[in-house]
Amino acid sequence: MEMTGLFFYLVSVLIAGGIYAVLCLALNVQWGMGGLFNAGIAGFFAVGAYASAIVTTAASDKHLGGFGLPIPLGLVAAMIVAGATGWIVAKICVRLKSDYLAMASVGIAEILRLVIVNESWLTNGSLGISGVPRPFGDLVQGRSADLVYLAVVWFCVLCVYILCQRLYVSPWGRTLRAIRDNEDSARAAGKDVDWFRVQTFVIGCAIMGLAGGLSAHYFKFLSPSATEPLLVTFLVWVMLMAGGSGNNRGAILGALAIWFIWSATEILTSRLPPEWITRSSYIRMLLVGLLLQFVLQKFRSGLMPEKSPKIRSD
Amino acid sequence: MISVEHVKVSYGGPNVVDDVSFDIPAGRITGLIGPNGAGKTTMFNAIAGHVALAGGRILLERKDITGLQPHQRAARGLARTFQIPHEFSQLTVIENFMAAAATPIGENVFNVIFRRGRFAEEEEKTYRAARDMVTFLEIEQVKDEKAGNLSGGQKKLLELGRALMQKPKIILLDEIGAGINRTLLAKISDKILHLNKEQGLTFCLIEHDLDYVSKLCDEVIVMAQGTLLMEGTVDAVRQDARVIEAYFGGGKYEARP
Repeated sequence: MEMTGLFFYLVSVLIAGGIYAVLCLALNVQWGMGGLFNAGIAGFFAVGAYASAIVTTAASDKHLGGFGLPIPLGLVAAMIVAGATGWIVAKICVRLKSDYLAMASVGIAEILRLVIVNESWLTNGSLGISGVPRPFGDLVQGRSADLVYLAVVWFCVLCVYILCQRLYVSPWGRTLRAIRDNEDSARAAGKDVDWFRVQTFVIGCAIMGLAGGLSAHYFKFLSPSATEPLLVTFLVWVMLMAGGSGNNRGAILGALAIWFIWSATEILTSRLPPEWITRSSYIRMLLVGLLLQFVLQKFRSGLMPEKSPKIRSD
Repeated sequence: MISVEHVKVSYGGPNVVDDVSFDIPAGRITGLIGPNGAGKTTMFNAIAGHVALAGGRILLERKDITGLQPHQRAARGLARTFQIPHEFSQLTVIENFMAAAATPIGENVFNVIFRRGRFAEEEEKTYRAARDMVTFLEIEQVKDEKAGNLSGGQKKLLELGRALMQKPKIILLDEIGAGINRTLLAKISDKILHLNKEQGLTFCLIEHDLDYVSKLCDEVIVMAQGTLLMEGTVDAVRQDARVIEAYFGGGKYEARP
């Protein structure tokens, strides 16, 4: 591969890696800090993607839309709609213990996917929404547009990181981690466990929605395949486990590390003989599964384990 | 301080606590004793709000708290410890204490994200209180250790410390002395007596060792098989035939799992 080609391949990997980092930070709020097992990441990701796409695209008679609003507003809408969806889900499911919540969230993701596939007045069904604008799309074209988008994505990663870090080092975050470690004890200490869980779930889902919006504006086209749980939910869980659940920097590191490995296997599998290529996605999934096993065996709490925030010495 | 009135608790089968009434007087250390399966811990869970009542009511300072959630009861000055330590295992000892304190300003998510100056003072106070608690319980050497890595005895001290961090009016201690050595036990008793005498803190404690109970408590409540057996001074209880029967009577009251 020639150098510029390689460079822009790297840029595309970093853009997707940034979107995964946002997802991973969101899951870290829900699982790493709050102990909420959300196995329906793809659902909230898709809700955010569609919300932002519908709000920012030009008018079309195939789906709801035509608001043509600026992209930042689209991303805000993605967060609000995904957060509101999360709020409804949390209101129903928040009292469930972790494994039951996991089952419920799988079901919810599936409901959201079916809504997206079938409600074509809203989403144009399986044909998808095209012409989703990119930020600064009028100013820059072609490959340099990717560079601009890289900056946009990583600016969002930075904002989300600062947000998550503020949550983590605060009394709010400490109480949340306490609830995760021992619910009964936290209740006895006067903490409103259910309310904390609702807040956590909503914040996490809103950030997942933001990631969905970022992804829609990157690909400029959106179809129900965006709700593929294999590529969203499963991979994000692997990333958080590998990076270090309960550590925001670990979440970003895990997202990048796993996404680099995932992308590298793409280069490898593309050189396989043709009869193998159709199977390559399964081989990659197997490899990532093995990698997760390795990480869990060798680094049980991830590459960057949870660390209590520093209390300034007196 | 606390009045328990005709309380019944059921886990689906027969009542594990059946029509029990007693008072825990303010400013005193009251013992709650009885053989295994007498319903003592269930009684604590009922008072603290961790199980729903099948009947009766519970008053805290003459106000009905029966319908309140555990955290609402805690806000009214009720603290409890758990028989099996319920530490926040991934948090350090200092963080365990800070997490147990009431920090309403810093637990407001809007303040946390946008107005971080708002809770600095509260956090400073909480930190000082946690440091003082570490000193008071003499566990400075493990203050930055994750609570999950502590020894059994240290976890018991952590239970007491977390309850105290709530600045409660009454603390329910569930077998705080079980499974710890005599030196540490004596230390914990000293702390309890000190808190009671100096600060007038009310305690109700579940213990098995009558000698230990007699050192701390003025009055004891005896439960057996989910019912109230008797109330009285330690000496009166020691000599009561029903209590002797319940404790030493050869398994009659041990039948309940």
